[in-house]
Amino acid sequence: MRTLAVIRAQLRASLSLALQYRLDFIIEGLLALLWTAVTLVPIYVVFGTRGEVAGWSFPETLLVIGWFVALRGILEGTVSPSLTNVIEHVRKGTLDFVLIKPVDAQLLVSLARIEPWRVVDLAGAVGIFAYAFHRLGRFPTLLQVAAAGAMLIAAILVLYSIAILVVSIAFFAVRVDNLLYLFQSTFDVARWPSNVFRGALAVIFTYVLPLALMTTYPALALLGKLELRTALGALAGTVAFAGVARLVWTTSISRYTSASS
Amino acid sequence: MSTPRAIKAYPALLRTGFVAAVAYRAEFVIWMFSTNMPLVMLALWSAVARSGPVGGYTQNGFTAYYVCTLLVRLLTGSWVVWEMTMEIKQGTLALRLLRPLHPLLAYSAENLAAIPMRGIVAIPVMAVLLFFARGQLTHDPLLWALVPLAMFGAWLLTFLVMALIGTLGLFVESATSLFEAWLGISSVLSGYLIPLDLFPPTLRQIAQVLPFRFTLSFPVELALGHLARGEAVGLLFAQTAYVAVFLVATHLVWRAGLKRYAAFGG
Repeated sequence: MRTLAVIRAQLRASLSLALQYRLDFIIEGLLALLWTAVTLVPIYVVFGTRGEVAGWSFPETLLVIGWFVALRGILEGTVSPSLTNVIEHVRKGTLDFVLIKPVDAQLLVSLARIEPWRVVDLAGAVGIFAYAFHRLGRFPTLLQVAAAGAMLIAAILVLYSIAILVVSIAFFAVRVDNLLYLFQSTFDVARWPSNVFRGALAVIFTYVLPLALMTTYPALALLGKLELRTALGALAGTVAFAGVARLVWTTSISRYTSASS
Repeated sequence: MSTPRAIKAYPALLRTGFVAAVAYRAEFVIWMFSTNMPLVMLALWSAVARSGPVGGYTQNGFTAYYVCTLLVRLLTGSWVVWEMTMEIKQGTLALRLLRPLHPLLAYSAENLAAIPMRGIVAIPVMAVLLFFARGQLTHDPLLWALVPLAMFGAWLLTFLVMALIGTLGLFVESATSLFEAWLGISSVLSGYLIPLDLFPPTLRQIAQVLPFRFTLSFPVELALGHLARGEAVGLLFAQTAYVAVFLVATHLVWRAGLKRYAAFGG
């Protein structure tokens, strides 16, 4: 109950912080639209030459892109800004002020900064979904939507866990703002259906850094093609991943010695 | 400031810039690794080309194209726009203005001095290219002779565009957003995401005359031998012309900007 109240207060604080910059809302919103358009260009060109790529048709691939745009919005709108903020804290030594608060530090830092204009990405994703299903000529059942929702939550959790792992490194090596940037750019891998990748890359992006699954599984779920066993496996993997991330976070925070004097 | 003094100062600036790049080597390598978009695109096109070549590109053709793109991007990248907007915002640009050397020259030296470090990262990429896609590269010595010139032009053009947009930070607050927009449009029209010859004809014609292509696609097209000799020389002149235009524009905007610049803080 108390945790919920903290989350609510934290969200409200970061929202009002962001809303001070109203012009940014328009500019960043337009930029988000531009990047969505840029994301779609390769797909248009590729499917101009082929009807099917790695077993995926054009509207099916659009579903993957839709999830990618939505997840990128979530990553760059909530996860990244907050965790960049943590790294800044570590470097300046101001993390102490967070740590002395009587609330879980991970909870506090995870929602410290949000960029609300990233909802434009979510709107873009909804538009892409609508168009994709219009092209498919059918709509997903309620069960399929629910399955996709579960996969999406798993994807967000994995995304967040990876980011927490990256930030944990900040306690040992100070200059890692680039590392978060590296992760953001690696996330680009998730824009294609996972079976585009072959060999070692396929293994890495499925099991080590499960980027390919984050967008492919929810898309498969919407299409009703996701097997129950795969879905359950993915959920179990997600929980394990989040557990490891939490463990690494608590270990590194206990070894943290402040950078301030 | 006199030109001879700048010429005398430049080697020293290059040396300090190189030392700075070496000092932050871990950071540097991470930055380089985050340039992975060409490889992501390569994965997609390889999957497409499994069932046959696309518009003249086989699987190996795509490998050669994207590895070359990656190489050119690694070697000719610049970061001056971020540095400039930050220094304008924090007021530390004032420190540069005090020095008896044009700040844009100092920035260019810092960026240029990082190229040997970039080269070290680029060597493994080059090895991959030579191993997998040797057959796709041109055998024309004239084209190869033009590659370094085109690469230098690409670096200079990238730097000047960044410097121009960074200088606009003296007038508007949202210079970084402006640069983001440039980056988005450029990733499509410079051949970074998709080879320009796979575009529909009208879009291709537009992309071929705009400056974006000269920051990236042009050296790649040279190395792959997609250009005839005469065409290649003509394009090199076009690239030089664009460099000149952006040089003049940056100079004018910088002069106008400085008149209204008041440093914040110390």
